[in-house]
Amino acid sequence: MTKKQILVLSSTLFFVWFVVYMATDVWGLINSFQQVNIIWAGINVILAVSLNLVVGFTGQLALGHAGFMAVGAYTSAVLTMHFGIPYVLAILAGAVMAFFMGIVIGLPTLRLRGDYLAIATLGFGEIIRGVLVNIDYVGGAAGINGIAKITNWTWTYIFTIITVVLINNFIHSLHGKACITIRDDEVASELMGINTTYYKTLAFSMGAFFAGIAGGLYAHYFFMIQPATFALQKSFDALVMVVLGGLGSITGAVLAGLGVTFMNAALIELGAFRMVIYSVLLILVMMFRPQGLMGNKEFSARVFDRILPKRGGKDDV
Amino acid sequence: MFKAKKVSKMFGGLAAIKDLHLHIEPGELVGLIGPNGAGKTTAFNLMTGVYSPTEGELCFVGENVAGLKPYIITNKGIARTFQNIRLFKSMSVIDNVKVGFHGHIQYSLFSAFFHGKTYRTVETEMENRAMHLLQIFNLQDKRDELASNLPYGEQRRLEIVRALAAKPKLLLLDEPAAGMNPQETKQLMALIHKIRQDFQLTILLIEHDMSLVMGICERLYVLDYGRIIAEGTPEEIKNNPKVIEAYLGEEALHA
Amino acid sequence: METLIAQILNGLSLGSIYALIALGYTMVYGIIQLINFAHGEILMIGAYVGYFSVAVLGLNIYMALLLSMFVSSLVGVLIERIAYKPLRKSGRLSVLITAIGMSLLLQNGGLIVFGTDFVPFPQVIERIPYRLFGGRFVVTSHQILIFAVSILMMLLLQYIVGYTKIGMAMRAVSYDKEAASLMGINVDNVISFTFVIGSSLGAVAGVLLGLYYQTIHPLMGFMPGLKAFVAAVLGGIGVIPGAMLGGFLLGIIEALVSGYWSTTYKDPVVFVVLIVILIVKPTGLLGKNTSEKV
Repeated sequence: MTKKQILVLSSTLFFVWFVVYMATDVWGLINSFQQVNIIWAGINVILAVSLNLVVGFTGQLALGHAGFMAVGAYTSAVLTMHFGIPYVLAILAGAVMAFFMGIVIGLPTLRLRGDYLAIATLGFGEIIRGVLVNIDYVGGAAGINGIAKITNWTWTYIFTIITVVLINNFIHSLHGKACITIRDDEVASELMGINTTYYKTLAFSMGAFFAGIAGGLYAHYFFMIQPATFALQKSFDALVMVVLGGLGSITGAVLAGLGVTFMNAALIELGAFRMVIYSVLLILVMMFRPQGLMGNKEFSARVFDRILPKRGGKDDV
Repeated sequence: MFKAKKVSKMFGGLAAIKDLHLHIEPGELVGLIGPNGAGKTTAFNLMTGVYSPTEGELCFVGENVAGLKPYIITNKGIARTFQNIRLFKSMSVIDNVKVGFHGHIQYSLFSAFFHGKTYRTVETEMENRAMHLLQIFNLQDKRDELASNLPYGEQRRLEIVRALAAKPKLLLLDEPAAGMNPQETKQLMALIHKIRQDFQLTILLIEHDMSLVMGICERLYVLDYGRIIAEGTPEEIKNNPKVIEAYLGEEALHA
Repeated sequence: METLIAQILNGLSLGSIYALIALGYTMVYGIIQLINFAHGEILMIGAYVGYFSVAVLGLNIYMALLLSMFVSSLVGVLIERIAYKPLRKSGRLSVLITAIGMSLLLQNGGLIVFGTDFVPFPQVIERIPYRLFGGRFVVTSHQILIFAVSILMMLLLQYIVGYTKIGMAMRAVSYDKEAASLMGINVDNVISFTFVIGSSLGAVAGVLLGLYYQTIHPLMGFMPGLKAFVAAVLGGIGVIPGAMLGGFLLGIIEALVSGYWSTTYKDPVVFVVLIVILIVKPTGLLGKNTSEKV
């Protein structure tokens, strides 16, 4: 990116933060239901972008995202409640914990063909829940209550932007390209000197890391977490976002994260019918546009050049 | 440089390769020929670690590489192309080449996430090297196209570029001219000659088309039913009765 | 010792249900290499059809089983034709995601159609406890029925796959689709037939699960479906005797965990079993090695 693009991009991001911040905290334009949705939007964008790293870019169908979210949520909640660890550190610690869980679960299963991964990660999500239910220290099935409510729009926004930027950077690096080669052709990838197991595990545990962050944000906003909060349904939600947004598009994942959040809010009355809509969408997209709605297209910073008057200088995106 | 000693590969009860002996000296251009289903690609798969041999030793620069994982073997200096082109379809031409650098030009994960100065220097270097390689194969104008959108002949050339990017000592080409017209084939053969000199490569090449191999290889191995049935200069091979039988036998079968 | 045997007996009846479900997974996987996530929902549909046949139509259990097999097969074949067949040439990921979509669709469709309440499953035969060895072990008539029906279905399946023409065609298609089609086998029909058999077994399993747990629910198929898949992997995916062995083993493991440890651990343990088997012997207990062609 050129300096100009960075400048434009960061001022846009700042402007978005500022407007929402003012609208919520100062002007009081946003009611509490909408505020919850705004936090959800951030959490969902993080979930979608991080799962896209695994499913969309690396081509590994992982269904345990909610499990990693749970790890992040519980770890950070315990750290802030019982050990007085500062919020940001606790969230990062939760993410690191999820990262290591990602390695533990990824190493054995990622060596195998993709289909097993789907089941193994599904199962992993269930193991996490099963274990949490049986630990009295974290409240068993009742979960943890009374977590400090620290997550707000600003924190959510910061973590979301950081997640998107880091994953975007990663994907465009050589390491990220190594992941994409695995999706395209795993055998050829290995024969080009790429340690595919390493990169699959890396992508998977990085995905887990950011899901852990999403969990930490969640725990410190809704101040109550239960094993049931992180049921399979959450993992499927994340998958729906990735597929609708585009397998292998960061922009798509961001848009789908936002879109699904606001659709959830709009369809909240519909209950099971909402999932019927999503599942039909899932099937239709796979049939008619298997690369997802956005495919692997990205919204690039060049758009800003079109908006702004050109002053020479070349694009080097 | 490369030696296969008594290498066998069994699938179930069937021997796809039996007692394979090969030796390739540095700088040679050797051909591996044989009728359909003789086990040529299986031999490549064994040499590159896709399969591990049931029996025998594969020595590359004095080290037994049999049973090592493919990526390790590649990083030791054996790169290959595929009979049925296996490019990374969703990636651009230049990215396909950059991926080839994976084993020897690299920056840390930290750089990958934060795009610092090392990232930019290394990316620029890769960019230059990739363009240089693409120019040799006259693909520089296609740099940003998707690999899957290239015409067939260019895809074949791109596969060779990608393999070269891995900086191999030994390059394995699996039917590089398959599907090309005579004109393209001729150009390709000239290119193979050129890169062998420029990159000081040793090349082992599978080819179906006998006349073509005869023209460029210094030495040939003939594989039939998983066994080496003959070895020698193109001239010797041409007159070897066993080889004639193997090929005629096949034709008789098809007639 | 006595609890051990009691738990094993209990595990055998649950395990025989898992085995039936696992057979459906393994057969579909063997023939089109797809984890049919919607298989658990086929089971659920089977259970509901069984329920309606008995409670509304007043059929006896055997007629109910037949009807539910019929309806489930129909649904199974429809799913294959509508959702999976168009994607046969697409990537694995697309088909898997479609299968998950199908599963979600049927679950949530079920919630809408059948409601969100647990429905008591009619007790079609009298629950008679039989005391064995001087009353030290109790086996109920339900357990015997479940076990007997399952074994019967498995024998039937073995016969179909091993000794009939269509069974031979199925084996041929699972071995090599192209070659089979060159030999004049209608691959599409064979695949549909596989779904018929798999779904029928699933329907039987659904009705038996209704008998076992005595209630049914639109989401009832999901967990047993996943566990049965684990059973199939445990035994060796694509291998029919493997699915049976895996099913029985998993049922027994689950019963033992519930009996000796805690019922809250029974679900996680199943997945621990999966991960262990994937690490130790990814091809499963009775599986064979395969490697990808380059």
